Amino acid sequence: MAKDVRQLERVVIRIAGDSGDGMQLTGDRFTQETAQFGNDLATFPNFPAEIRAPQGTLAGVSSFQLHFADHDILTPGDRPDVLVAMNPAALKANLGDLRDGATLIVDSHDFTTRALARVGWDSNPLEDGTLEKFQLHALDLTQMTLDALADTGLSRKDAGRSKNMFALGLLSWMYSRPTEGTIAFIEHKFARKPEIAGANITAFRAGYNFGETTEAFAVAYEVKPATLPTGTYRNITGNLALAYGLIAASKRSGLPLFLGAYPITPASDILHELSRHKRFGVRTFQAEDEIAGIGAALGAAFGGSLAVTTSSGPGIALKGETIGLAVSLELPLVICDIQRGGPSTGLPTKTEQSDLLQAMFGRNGEAPVPIVAAQSPGDCFDAAIEAARIALTYRTPVFLLSDGYLANGSEPWRVPSLDELPEIPVCFASEPNGPDGSFLPYLRDPETLARPWAVPGTPGLEHRVGGIEKADKTGNISYDPDNHDFMVRTRQAKVDRVAAALPPLAVDDPSGDARVLVLGWGSTYGPIGAAVRRVRRSGVPIAQAHLRHLNPFPGDLGAVLNRYDRVVIPEMNLGQLAMMIRAKYLIDAISITQVRGLPFKAEELAEMLQGVVDHG
Amino acid sequence: MADLGLKAKDFKSDQEVRWCPGCGDYAILAAVQGFMPELGIPRENIVFVSGIGCSSRFPYYMNTYGMHSIHGRAPAIATGLSTSRPDLSVWVVTGDGDSLSIGGNHLIHALRRNVNLKILLFNNRIYGLTKGQYSPTSELGKITKSTPMGSLDRPFNPVSVALGAEGTFVARTLDSDRKHLTSVLRAAAAHQGTALIEIYQNCNIFNDGAFDLLKESDSREDWIIPLEHGRPIRFGKDGSKAVVRASDGSLTVADQVDEDDPRLVIHDAHVENPSYAFSLARLSSSDARYAPMGVIRSVTRPTYDHLMTDQLDTAAAAAPGDESALQKLILGNDTWQVA
Repeated sequence: MAKDVRQLERVVIRIAGDSGDGMQLTGDRFTQETAQFGNDLATFPNFPAEIRAPQGTLAGVSSFQLHFADHDILTPGDRPDVLVAMNPAALKANLGDLRDGATLIVDSHDFTTRALARVGWDSNPLEDGTLEKFQLHALDLTQMTLDALADTGLSRKDAGRSKNMFALGLLSWMYSRPTEGTIAFIEHKFARKPEIAGANITAFRAGYNFGETTEAFAVAYEVKPATLPTGTYRNITGNLALAYGLIAASKRSGLPLFLGAYPITPASDILHELSRHKRFGVRTFQAEDEIAGIGAALGAAFGGSLAVTTSSGPGIALKGETIGLAVSLELPLVICDIQRGGPSTGLPTKTEQSDLLQAMFGRNGEAPVPIVAAQSPGDCFDAAIEAARIALTYRTPVFLLSDGYLANGSEPWRVPSLDELPEIPVCFASEPNGPDGSFLPYLRDPETLARPWAVPGTPGLEHRVGGIEKADKTGNISYDPDNHDFMVRTRQAKVDRVAAALPPLAVDDPSGDARVLVLGWGSTYGPIGAAVRRVRRSGVPIAQAHLRHLNPFPGDLGAVLNRYDRVVIPEMNLGQLAMMIRAKYLIDAISITQVRGLPFKAEELAEMLQGVVDHG
Repeated sequence: MADLGLKAKDFKSDQEVRWCPGCGDYAILAAVQGFMPELGIPRENIVFVSGIGCSSRFPYYMNTYGMHSIHGRAPAIATGLSTSRPDLSVWVVTGDGDSLSIGGNHLIHALRRNVNLKILLFNNRIYGLTKGQYSPTSELGKITKSTPMGSLDRPFNPVSVALGAEGTFVARTLDSDRKHLTSVLRAAAAHQGTALIEIYQNCNIFNDGAFDLLKESDSREDWIIPLEHGRPIRFGKDGSKAVVRASDGSLTVADQVDEDDPRLVIHDAHVENPSYAFSLARLSSSDARYAPMGVIRSVTRPTYDHLMTDQLDTAAAAAPGDESALQKLILGNDTWQVA
């Protein structure tokens, strides 16, 4: 039956169900179909920390949001246009986020009195008018899935598990998505269980055909492919891009990669990913604890590896003493902090950018560490290479800050050609550098202030390093007051030198007339960019700059800040960058903060920015 | 092993040794420096890694590569070094507080993994560098600055701990017995995997005489239980004491044991099951003065370092790992072109 196909510029879809319902998988597949189709997109997976929270409860709701468009977009969208809810809890947990008039597709199968009572509803919202503002499609997706699979011989329970594929089929029809990729994916994923593969494909096709034949949906939609810079694209999550960036840095520096890590949400996927790539000379070590993870990495750095440790806030707290040792030893080490809600265990699966000051100051003594931050999922690749470059060039530990939103979120990524990536030249010391053939392990490069990296196995350069203060040049133990003062200042000066080789800060100020600058760092890049676009669409000029380097700041940051009347800093913390900017540049920066475990909504942020423009 | 023409003095660094005069550490340092030429390994391929404490200053005095790290973490750091550089000879120097209190976790995990590390655990049963608090190996009831009414916690027996982690090589020796110490170092160096050597070491400032019973000529033969692989375990001034196997299988010390007594235990360091070695370690629990000394256990198991290298080699043989393979990897299977 031919139906209307209506053109849309952009759509935000959210799929929600129990955490065991396969919502993340369904979202991933729809994302792949959408990426293949050529839309620009951004995703936001949101799931509980519990692996299997009690069924049908609000605590157990897992969701996946996808924003796709025929133009380039920056965020996964504020308010869904479409919500697919697989049970009452999923409906209740997400209802408040919908825009008026949104499309609701609800699996009515579980809307029993008991299930409704479980989430605090004493009447059925599908029938009592609660959902009047929305275009409601209450469908028994579960029963339709069971009917479609009636002949397969699968148990009711097993057959029911395919309801997510039925829903995916329906969505695929609604948005004119290509389906071949999903069918190939299911065949591959369940290659060893052909009956399960068959059931999922049948359910997927049944959902698609239902859309085509039912009277319930009068129109299908189409979102044309987006126009993006030319190149080869793939969809990628932040953690995957970060892992690939580390391997690429290993190749570009010619050093073997060593990862020492302890499992922690949301960083573990980097450990998983790197563990799969041993053929590239990648050694991964799952340590007994966070301290051993970074300790082993530091040991590998001493031996000449590109050494990395990955963690999240609580793990970074445990690693603090070893980071201080790395500062003192002046060895290269990349420390990836995939931030999550804190303090303490906090919100393990939710995002936050509240470890900036921990990265800056979370050690005893004067222990400066360069910090770089990734701004989008695909950008984690470049940020990882930049962190490795600084670590190897300046012989220093470097923080690489990402967060849960970047780690699990995805976007189309223009895959770089490896040979266009920067070389990271590394030169191990091979000759004595002191008087009478002696070796001075703390004699510095005059430009970078880096000390020589003499790895074990190099004859004639045997030397000892340690955490006790060292004498300038010789590295021998020294308690001399003037020497300590000199060494503390020199270590700081070395980190400050990183700024000398940085490009000028890019400022997006198209008209040149802006009086307000929005300054950000990390994963707020998307929401800030989207909010700035909204403000500009209303005819008001506003400038945006986003920091890759948080320690040291780019050399021209002070001059940039001084060009504007007001500087606004939105952050998912209580104003950590704002504190650093105020302290260093003595400007009255306005801090906009939010710590809800979720990214900023572009609409809300735009309103706040508009307020600053209007009222200063 | 190749004779590289190195002498003990070649392993002395130019740094002034700063332990207290009379400290047992001097004797251990001299023994290690004296033994090193025997290894036949060039100095540049040897690394000493230590934690924090008096003993942990050791690397500064060795003319090899070295790292004086942070409290308790030396086994973790050395694990990263050894697994990423299996070509090196990596030694860890630690103390009873460093390895059994703050660093206990790293010690047991290095042992269970069988990383190719030689761990020298200097046990003086006291905290020296922090000036005299009781340690995790101090005897129960120990009176120190932090335990004026006596310590309340039972001590660790480091050998028992290592055996509990199923360490593949566990030995004990004494700082003042250069010959015995050197023989144990030799056996440890030859071992593939983690070798733990507990070295009883006198702290003449805060715990002087802790091991006098094992050192003085009129008592040492009564309390040292000498363990030599393949030899009956006999000791005592007149050789009349012996370790015997009781009818329930447990090991005890018995007096007046004949040469041909069927209960007499012949030491076998290569027994796979750690229970036998553990029973030997437990002889000290019947009377804390008993000190089994020598190589208690030495069994063969693949090292973590080589297992990891093997996995990398296997993966590299199965698929290419060059730049074009990496390009293919990051492209993935689901790409599209924007023209």
